[in-house]
Amino acid sequence: MEKVEPRDFIVDDRENGTFRVNRRAFADPEILETERREIFDRTWLYAAHVSEINTPGSFLTRKVGGRPVIVTSDALGKPHVFLNSCPHRGNLVCLEKSGSARALTCFYHAWSFDLSGKLLGVPDAEAYTPAFKREEMGLRPVPRMENYRGMIFVSYDPDIVNLESYLGDAREYLDYMIDFGGEEVEIVQGAQAYSMKANWKLLVENSMDGYHALSTHQRYFRQYLPDIGMDPAAWVGANRTMGRGVNLGGGHAMVESPQRPTPLTGSAKAELDAIRARLVEKHGPDRAHRIADYTRNLFIFPNLILISLWHTVRTFYPLRPDYMEIDAWALFPKNDSQQLRQKRMDNFLSFLGPGGFATPDDVSGLEGCQRGFATMRELPWSDISRGMGREEPSSQDELQMRAFWRRWNALIQGKRGPTDCADRPERRLAAE
Amino acid sequence: MATQDLARVAPARSFDPVATRGEVEEFLVNEAALLDEWKLEEWLALVAEDGRYLVPSLDSPESDHRAALFLISDDRRNLGSRVKQLLGRATWAEFPRSRTRRLVTNARILEQADDWVKVTANFAVWRFQHDATDCYVGRYIHLLVRGPGGELMFRERRAVLDLETLRPHGKLSFIL
Repeated sequence: MEKVEPRDFIVDDRENGTFRVNRRAFADPEILETERREIFDRTWLYAAHVSEINTPGSFLTRKVGGRPVIVTSDALGKPHVFLNSCPHRGNLVCLEKSGSARALTCFYHAWSFDLSGKLLGVPDAEAYTPAFKREEMGLRPVPRMENYRGMIFVSYDPDIVNLESYLGDAREYLDYMIDFGGEEVEIVQGAQAYSMKANWKLLVENSMDGYHALSTHQRYFRQYLPDIGMDPAAWVGANRTMGRGVNLGGGHAMVESPQRPTPLTGSAKAELDAIRARLVEKHGPDRAHRIADYTRNLFIFPNLILISLWHTVRTFYPLRPDYMEIDAWALFPKNDSQQLRQKRMDNFLSFLGPGGFATPDDVSGLEGCQRGFATMRELPWSDISRGMGREEPSSQDELQMRAFWRRWNALIQGKRGPTDCADRPERRLAAE
Repeated sequence: MATQDLARVAPARSFDPVATRGEVEEFLVNEAALLDEWKLEEWLALVAEDGRYLVPSLDSPESDHRAALFLISDDRRNLGSRVKQLLGRATWAEFPRSRTRRLVTNARILEQADDWVKVTANFAVWRFQHDATDCYVGRYIHLLVRGPGGELMFRERRAVLDLETLRPHGKLSFIL
């Protein structure tokens, strides 16, 4: 097959309203290598939530950006993220998924470390020369770590801008995702760890795609909602509620719609009204309105999604061009009543996750795209131009995906400055 | 000594049980056959009105569905909807339907009470779809009761997977 240069992966003709992505971008192992180097190694990646390590001495292990890491809360309760590899000879220091300990010991040669990373014990240490610097042989922290309101992000780029600058205009909406319950939030026990045999960028698109909902998820809207006594008209009727797609800059993007009836708004109306009243008290009516009266799918570049309908946090990472691992959690208010917690979980599970009434159909859809890409020599382009001429594209349009792709396109070409991720139809409208 | 008194001093009853191991085994293999044959309405009739179908998250196999997020936590109404959806024409994850083959073994009675019996069994459910082969391995922990006609029914049907993650399975779209 002829070689496609990275600069040719996207056709972005803002004047005429054409936006195409070459399907090689979803299937080429070289592109994945470039993505690892230019995107995942140079951005902020979500790692964990502080509620998962909420007592001094607790730890968990997982993979972030392809590296095994240990997230700890040290004896003083301060969070850390370390590379899970012994500075001595490389073995994974911590093999457990989570736990609580005073020290972590690498079993290979029994070097031990406290939860602030300090090297505690080296058997037969007298064999080392004075050139051996014990204080440099502690657990190696990730190059950068920042905690934004309980959400721990890491970066493997020591020179990256600080997290708040990186979040930019997405930060306000991330705040709404945290503030919705009027109090602190926590990750609920029970993680959803699954996968798709599909390129990771298909899940970026899918996670903020209003257009697919009615066809892909018709069983949820047309079967499940009526089965539990709900009228699905606000979702599927002729006058269904529409939202907007938003470019938040930096590759971040969002779809936002006015709140619609869900199993939760029906079953927990009184509790949600009480929370809304608390939000008004705490934040004033305008901000409370913005927090409580909209639903949002918020995408933080390159691989974090928060969806307010179910309060899920989802992140994913490609192992191969055609395979990604996905981790998803529920981020709920800490002090919800038992009944409200249960209703939130029921609402979450009715739609989301490998056993929900919607996610499995996304898995099949995205895996189907990936299998379809085997035709890419004859059918090389995907079209992502919906709503390109509109001043305010709707949530059924694809501006939010173009915003992601424009940033992606700049980074894989090594362009590290700011990217103009907007459609800029105003320029064309002004010229007409 | 009256029968009632005997029951009180011997809670692990060796008489008058809700079900024998033989009955439990027969119930489980018949259930598996209904699921493999996609006779889902007949299968749903095995679930009591207050029945629940549970699959815990893989990192929290021992947890309580009221406190932890599960993969599946269906009450009877949601389970009825799940069956309807699976038999309908818009469940793309099961279109075309998976072929499944269930091996259910090592059935044991764990506990007998007055009106229920707690049983366990091991399972391996092989699933074939889109040229992929996935195996779902775990154990069942069920609470069985007697229905109005004396037949065994599920009050709680719990499938606890031994898998560490659903990778590369990706989805749990058929009834496990």
